[in-house]
Amino acid sequence: MMQRDECFRALARHLREEIVIAVYSSAFDWLELAPRALNYFSFGAMGIAASHGLGLALGRPDRRVIVLDGDGSLLMNLGTLVTIGAAAPKNLIHFVCRNGTYEANGGHPIPNPAVDFNGLAGAAGYRHLHEFSALADFEARIPALLAQEGPVFATLHIEKGALSPQFDYRRLDDPARRTAFKAALLSL
Amino acid sequence: MMKRDECFRILARHIADEIVIASYSGAVEWNELNPRALNYFSIGAMGLGSSHGLGLALGRPDKRIVVLDGDGSLLMNLGSLVTIAAAAPKNLVHFVCQNGTYEANGGHPIPNPKVDFAGMARAAGYAHCHEISELASFEQQIGHVLGEEGPVFATLHVERSRPLTYNYTDLYASARRRTLKAALIPDA
Amino acid sequence: MDAPASVKDQAKVELHGGAILAAIKASGIKFILSVPDIVTSAGLLRPISRDPDFRLVRVCKEDECIGIASGLSYCDQRALILIQYTGFLDSLNAIRAVAVEYKQPICMMVGLLGHEPERPPTQSGRYGVRIIEPILDAMGIEHHLISQDADVAKIKPAIDKAYTQSLPVALLIGRRPVAP
Repeated sequence: MMQRDECFRALARHLREEIVIAVYSSAFDWLELAPRALNYFSFGAMGIAASHGLGLALGRPDRRVIVLDGDGSLLMNLGTLVTIGAAAPKNLIHFVCRNGTYEANGGHPIPNPAVDFNGLAGAAGYRHLHEFSALADFEARIPALLAQEGPVFATLHIEKGALSPQFDYRRLDDPARRTAFKAALLSL
Repeated sequence: MMKRDECFRILARHIADEIVIASYSGAVEWNELNPRALNYFSIGAMGLGSSHGLGLALGRPDKRIVVLDGDGSLLMNLGSLVTIAAAAPKNLVHFVCQNGTYEANGGHPIPNPKVDFAGMARAAGYAHCHEISELASFEQQIGHVLGEEGPVFATLHVERSRPLTYNYTDLYASARRRTLKAALIPDA
Repeated sequence: MDAPASVKDQAKVELHGGAILAAIKASGIKFILSVPDIVTSAGLLRPISRDPDFRLVRVCKEDECIGIASGLSYCDQRALILIQYTGFLDSLNAIRAVAVEYKQPICMMVGLLGHEPERPPTQSGRYGVRIIEPILDAMGIEHHLISQDADVAKIKPAIDKAYTQSLPVALLIGRRPVAP
């Protein structure tokens, strides 16, 4: 089990101009740990973050797109795995931060905490599958992951780390943030 | 590769008082081959067949519930695989007829015609998963599959069917729902 | 110095989860179909998850609840769907077909996240909350606002009516219920 904030710090150390989409508790952690113009938080409805990711990946095949999804979120839109498997964007990496709970609304368990996300992604047609439970292992393999031909799927076994995000959605929904994101994207 | 109507003919020989749920082209063919009171067609929204099936399985643990799903339909509600696995109804058998096509609305391909549905059901947590491509194999296994402790999943690899006439007014008639409800009243 | 009476009265307005759960049980509901909702998470879902009188079915997406409730109703089993307004919106097509057009007794308890309890939902500062009642009206679905303890008395008659007449109903939760 990894601490989410340590996981994200490790990932952030290796990023330069990748597009990052994050949801709920991942978003609030990421916002604090890695504030960047190319962060995208406007997923709007639970479950469609990876769909936004697909759109961005298709729209900018020259950029790597990283989705920091949640397990409860992903379960809301499992069809997206098949859509992404079919569209087969080479530049998409889809992480699922797996802690077996809906952190954003009370810490209730997801329907089947034993669900095999990698199995689902593999059956859907993702090109590479990974699973990480140990921080050192994850940190060591990030560069290879970022260079791999996608779509790549990686389960991160995490628990809430040192950060206790306040769920202030105004910080995610901020239209100024979307404007800045678009400008940053155009300038690449 | 099998023909769906041939599969259904074999299946019909093994169906007594199970509740059978079917949608779209599967419903048209099943209704032709085996019209009966315990057929459930009023699914309403594409993809919801497996959810209706779960409700019936939970509501009547004394009856076996057979879902004849379509691949395009199931893709719309992949989360139901996880929900069903979590609820773990012993009396549910979930077939998907995979022909890679949306037959009911123009014969277009589904996003990933080769998606591994049995793999997804396994990853979701179904108790038993099967994949059948040969009619002789289906004939040999069907009795066993129907009797396994559920939830059971089986992919039936079938060809696109002949052109069908969709009489939705008939399939979704309220009289059918009344008949079904009456047929479900337990014997005194 | 005492606070003015109106402020004291406002401070006393509450909605008790225990009362809601008792009303749900009195309505013959055995199955709760749910995706966690911030509004009712502590006051309803958590106690439900520990209550052997209920069978809780956790679903991945809210529209599954519409199908499950329908299947259960054929078996003469009563179910209550417990979701957030966002999930209600996500399920509109399933509600349109199964609840309204097929006239199934689909009972939905919907948390109005962000709703200010002292205002009618149609005047909420939240767009998503403002549109809920007009959508229910446009669909011809009966709905009741449960914002304080006095409203709890609406629950059992609404559910009973839904099942005897085979029609949908929405019970909108306008304030976080206090956990029992």
